[in-house]
Amino acid sequence: MRALTWHGKHDVRIDTVPDPKIVNPRDAILKITSTAICGSDLHLYDHTIPTMKAGDVLGHEFMGEVVDVGPGNTKLKVGQRVVVPFVIACGQCFFCKQQQFAACDNSNPAETADMSELLYGYPMTGAFGYSHLTGGYAGGQAEYVRVPYSDVGPIVIPDGIEDDKVLFLSDILPTGWMAAENCDIKPTDTVAVWGCGPVGLFSVQSAFALGAHRVIAIDHYPRRLDLAKSMGAEVINFEEVDVREALVEMTGGIGPDACIDAVGMESHGFTADSVMDKVKAAVKLVTDQTHGLRQAIIACRKGGKLSIPGVYGGVTDKFPIGALMEKGLSIKSGQTHVQKYMPKLLDLIMQGRLDTTFLISHRMSLEEGPTGYKMFNDQKNEVTKVVLKPDGMTRH
Amino acid sequence: MSDSIARTAHDDAPLSAAKNPDITSLGAEPGLAPHSGDVLVGRSVTIDRPRQELYAFWRDFQNLPRFMHNVKSVSVLDARRSHWVIEAPAGKTVEWDSSVTEDQPGRLVAWESQQEASVRNSGRVEFLDSPDGRGTVVRVTLVYDPPGGTVGQLIAKVFQKEPKVQARQDLRRFKQLMETGEVSTAKPPDAAPRA
Repeated sequence: MRALTWHGKHDVRIDTVPDPKIVNPRDAILKITSTAICGSDLHLYDHTIPTMKAGDVLGHEFMGEVVDVGPGNTKLKVGQRVVVPFVIACGQCFFCKQQQFAACDNSNPAETADMSELLYGYPMTGAFGYSHLTGGYAGGQAEYVRVPYSDVGPIVIPDGIEDDKVLFLSDILPTGWMAAENCDIKPTDTVAVWGCGPVGLFSVQSAFALGAHRVIAIDHYPRRLDLAKSMGAEVINFEEVDVREALVEMTGGIGPDACIDAVGMESHGFTADSVMDKVKAAVKLVTDQTHGLRQAIIACRKGGKLSIPGVYGGVTDKFPIGALMEKGLSIKSGQTHVQKYMPKLLDLIMQGRLDTTFLISHRMSLEEGPTGYKMFNDQKNEVTKVVLKPDGMTRH
Repeated sequence: MSDSIARTAHDDAPLSAAKNPDITSLGAEPGLAPHSGDVLVGRSVTIDRPRQELYAFWRDFQNLPRFMHNVKSVSVLDARRSHWVIEAPAGKTVEWDSSVTEDQPGRLVAWESQQEASVRNSGRVEFLDSPDGRGTVVRVTLVYDPPGGTVGQLIAKVFQKEPKVQARQDLRRFKQLMETGEVSTAKPPDAAPRA
């Protein structure tokens, strides 16, 4: 089959690789109908996530048609259309049983789990197409994909709903939702969102859906700020104004009740010390860039809430621990428990209460995937989301 | 949790968490008799299955290669004795006979290699009800006289077959198999296609 594979920094290619097969009883094989490039795929593209290997098949936002099901899966049937969560979860461990699917104890293979146990104290869960820290599972930017524990993750999509409306259930829609839910929003709350990429925009949408009084979105790309504004947010362009000053004034001196860092480790230019971090990164000191997060901690009101859906992987310095403690902020973070949110969010989509299609700026064939990566990376104003379709290709 | 877990003389931590490699100086070791230079490995995992079921699967030693990836085979010789074939670094195998030294159904199994074994080793696996209803705490304690002494252990480290690494990966696979019915894998070519 054809698949988008990683070969190094800013080097992704379309290769012919072996078709996936059923390996374990609960596996399924999907024929991919739509797959998207995620903002977090750009971390891999930039090679800021370790443990990538040349030839790894990328992609963790995908959906498709079930073409094969292992004997241990009695739920899925050949021919069904499903969206697959990016986190792989067994459904039967202590964590899955309390719906902490992104903390599943079993899906990361025993050999690869050692790395994250060393880094984070405990082994992390498996995920599709996202380095060997999360298991080295082949991703879905391909014609076919193997889905482990396929009786737990995939959600069946009713006939008649087009791919574009439900594809983002795989990651960014639930990620934006959980980011807002983690803010424990009260009806009078003002929520500030750093970053108007896909997760930031879905956080804006979710914060309103969960009852926020006001949402203030922060970015510097005009098109992305326009999208946030079209959803009802007030916007701040951080290149033009001092963000903390603006937030203080816009909230009558109190500050935002909740702050969402939807930027993660790639944040550029949010504060003056960004140059120092770039130097450290250049000499391979492993330091995550955290400008947006620092700014959020400083700008958040006393006793406020901080939600971090943005991806970080390592360590950071100049972290404003004093502001965090003295102001009494509470923090929630983490990879998204996608399986927990999918049914509710599919309902909201079916009812027409959540729309995800506004985000898609570019549709391409899988073969054009490398161009899609380059455009998404280089043209962040114009390119808000790239969806790839492997249609018209044959299984080899 | 009740307890035949080896603990240091000075606090409540298990002996296997000791920073000092000379484990013989730290405290008593019920059921295991480490000598100076031995390697002690201890690892606990909580598995959400009843302890009787976990004990039964483990006690049928022929099942062990399904989750112990360096164990090529275990042949049961009689009620107490079994023959083990282990994959060693550099494609070699090591074999020994082992005897069950303690057996409490649903609770624990302990074993020890026969005197003539090239790699003297002993171990015990305990199955304890988790006090908070989370299933069963499975605790494995192994004592090895490493092949070739310290140098042998260094070589084993290079091959990722150090007993401690092996034990924690084996226990993860045991948990996967018992909780989900399968062992998670992304290995190519079948599970992770590569060009």
